[in-house]
Amino acid sequence: MSTLYDFALRMGDSTLILGHRVSEWCGHAPVLEEDIALANTALDLIGQTQLWLGLAAEEEGTGKTADDLAFLRDAWDFRNALLTELPNGDFGRTLMRQYLFDQWHLLMLQALQGSSEKRVSDIADKAVKEVSYHVERSRDTVIGLGDGTPESHKRMQDALEYLYPYVGELFTPDAVDEAATHEGIAPDLASLRAAYDAAVADTMAEATLTLPDSRFGHKGGRTGKMHTEHLGHILTQMQWLQRAYPGASW
Amino acid sequence: MSKEWPLWEIFVRGQHGLSHRHVGSLHAPDAEMAIKNARDVYTRRNEGQSIWVVEAAHISASSPSDKGPLYEPSESKVYRHPTFFDIPEDVGAM
Repeated sequence: MSTLYDFALRMGDSTLILGHRVSEWCGHAPVLEEDIALANTALDLIGQTQLWLGLAAEEEGTGKTADDLAFLRDAWDFRNALLTELPNGDFGRTLMRQYLFDQWHLLMLQALQGSSEKRVSDIADKAVKEVSYHVERSRDTVIGLGDGTPESHKRMQDALEYLYPYVGELFTPDAVDEAATHEGIAPDLASLRAAYDAAVADTMAEATLTLPDSRFGHKGGRTGKMHTEHLGHILTQMQWLQRAYPGASW
Repeated sequence: MSKEWPLWEIFVRGQHGLSHRHVGSLHAPDAEMAIKNARDVYTRRNEGQSIWVVEAAHISASSPSDKGPLYEPSESKVYRHPTFFDIPEDVGAM
């Protein structure tokens, strides 16, 4: 399969799985305003998924659609970053996960706007506007809760320590990423790290939170080598209808 | 300190040239978040060009019991309406 296929799959699977995770809050968020905001974010991510997986399906060229890729693959075929499949935890942890992803997502999309592949830069142009807002919102909430009450501060510090070991994967290229960089499709992942670190350090300082010292990073999601045990559980929910009623449509 | 976020009144301008119009209210911890929440609650379907938020506590309202002194004196003064002019047809609808 082509580098473009692999690349689009990785982008689309991350937005799909995170979009699904965030949608789990629908009807459960602590206040109505946050409920709507989270649902909007989830919908933005699912919308981007249609574009990325649509591109992957087109590149695969066997007549599959974005829906086929989303609903008819098993866990070992998914290429999302591990960070996106981690459980929501409490509201604070969900927003911390969102911020850590959004900040990477924004830098990635800004770089992809300069992609040599027009279909990739077109998707990035559209998505970057949505993601600029996502990061503004998640950043403010991380700061508000981090620099909030002793209880919210503790929960946000716990969330940061739990999630931070999953950040490294976003910046660790493998052979597919190197090929994508070589072909001008995508930036060198490692080159995004300095800007990411600066932005995250700034946010955490304002949130009075302490970044963990260790740079250890779990990986295996984007390569498909090893997902966490959580992905299978997401798929049982997300894919249930198509599995039980194959080909069902509206 | 109250644990509830304060209530904000939201005004959205739909198009350039129009006035901001009251669209509803929501809760938020501060003005910045009120604008963000307003964006998510009231402008999802491309309704807005500009958002104003004001804390509901800062709005002063007229009292319904003052209705008489406030509004009734104008009821008997029809000459305040510009209805006594002949409008040339060329002008069209006004």
